[in-house]
Amino acid sequence: MSIPADLKYTPSHEWVRVEADGTLTVGITHHAQDLLGDMVFIENPAAGRSLNKGEECAVVESVKAASDVYAPVAGEVIAANAEVESSPEAINKDAYSAWMFKLKPADAADVASLMDAAAYQKLVESEAH
Amino acid sequence: MERIRASLLFLVTFMSDQAASTPAALKQTPLNATHRGLSAKMVDFGGWDMPVNYGSQIEEHHAVRSGCGLFDVSHMLPLDIRGANVRAFLRRLVANNVDKLQVSGKALYSCMLNEAGGVIDDLIIYFMDESWFRLVVNAGTAEKDLAWMEKMNADWDMGLTLTPRRDLAMIAIQGPHATQALNQALPGVDSITAHLKPFNAAAMGEMFIARTGYTGEDGFEVMVLAKSAPFFWKALMEAGGKPIGLGARDTLRLEAGMNLYGQDMDETTSPLESGLAWTVDMKTARDFVGRAALEKSEITQQLVGLVLLDKGVLRSHQNVLTKNGVGEITSGSFSPTMEKSIALARIPLGIAPGEEVEVEIRDKLLKVKVVKYPFVRNGKVMI
Repeated sequence: MSIPADLKYTPSHEWVRVEADGTLTVGITHHAQDLLGDMVFIENPAAGRSLNKGEECAVVESVKAASDVYAPVAGEVIAANAEVESSPEAINKDAYSAWMFKLKPADAADVASLMDAAAYQKLVESEAH
Repeated sequence: MERIRASLLFLVTFMSDQAASTPAALKQTPLNATHRGLSAKMVDFGGWDMPVNYGSQIEEHHAVRSGCGLFDVSHMLPLDIRGANVRAFLRRLVANNVDKLQVSGKALYSCMLNEAGGVIDDLIIYFMDESWFRLVVNAGTAEKDLAWMEKMNADWDMGLTLTPRRDLAMIAIQGPHATQALNQALPGVDSITAHLKPFNAAAMGEMFIARTGYTGEDGFEVMVLAKSAPFFWKALMEAGGKPIGLGARDTLRLEAGMNLYGQDMDETTSPLESGLAWTVDMKTARDFVGRAALEKSEITQQLVGLVLLDKGVLRSHQNVLTKNGVGEITSGSFSPTMEKSIALARIPLGIAPGEEVEVEIRDKLLKVKVVKYPFVRNGKVMI
């Protein structure tokens, strides 16, 4: 699956969409879900929680393994996707539409520190055996 | 990625018996190219390059419960022991009693213990004739097992020949449609499958057909010459068998309440505290390795089943908090059949099925119910 060019990425395999109002929508990448396999449990951060960049803030669990999800930038959680919590397999079906939570960044400029699609593509390739 | 990679590495080591080796040194089964041709996701499983899943692990799991699944289990080692004293040797070597095997082809599940009563391995023993027994041992323990058996063979002056059968491949065919698929894939085998009882085996030319498995379903484990394995696998797929990876193999055996060596028991645990007392025969006066230690030991723990009542997933090594003390999950996962998380756990004695205890998951205490396993047998939920 191609890596969407309009999203930003982290080295820990989260994707980030910058919305028109400056808020950020966060999920995990297709590559991450492919490694984890069938998703069965999602734990999202509560709305209102304030996060530091890189903070463990959510958990995705597949049949095989549990994995932490990290805050891509510092900010406040403004929404969590209850739909993906009740249907974790949505992440396997389409990782880039099954968002997990939304953040209001503490500093809009922090988004510039995230990877673009080309840089993320390179990372994925470098991690392949 | 560190955490995801750490988790996947955890998965691989949790399913394997030995430390992972470098990719260059990975061993391959005769079906390696077949798995790659089916786009399997391959992992390092105790030093073997094995398929963990071919697509959705959950769909693979359901395919075995409702139809027929195919597993490459060629990493496990068949081992032929031949000689006049083979029965006397096995009587002393393993904790179950091979004198239960009196009809050719009959199989016995047993632990092989060390002097301290710890489990060196769990294995299946097939009685063929008084000078030939065939054993099947775990992949990760095969070398250790073989060295131990050769030492006992020498120490007890048994004069036996132990032959590892790496020239054989082993395919498990499991599920309610297993007989139908095997009959279609292997013309002539129906004369055997029609009469073969569970936990019995029969030889057909070079082939060895056993009605055994690790899923809680009806099915077979068939040994064939390595060179014939890819063709046989293809014929089984054409007969409706679906390829199943090690991921689903683990959830199937967990639902079936079957122990996994290296997780539910190992050299430091007693079979009597691992849910395996039924496999240790102390009714007769027979002297076997580990018996003296077991007789002296005090049993304080039990292996039980757990069902998670809250949302989440039980995993091995999570703490189980009970009124009698702390226990530990030995195997935990998500049960695709029950659509809940289930586990096997070693907990203090005195906690009965039906009682609620707590499991520590990350920073939370979640409620679980203690149950008597198996969780699932022949496609039916048992609890």
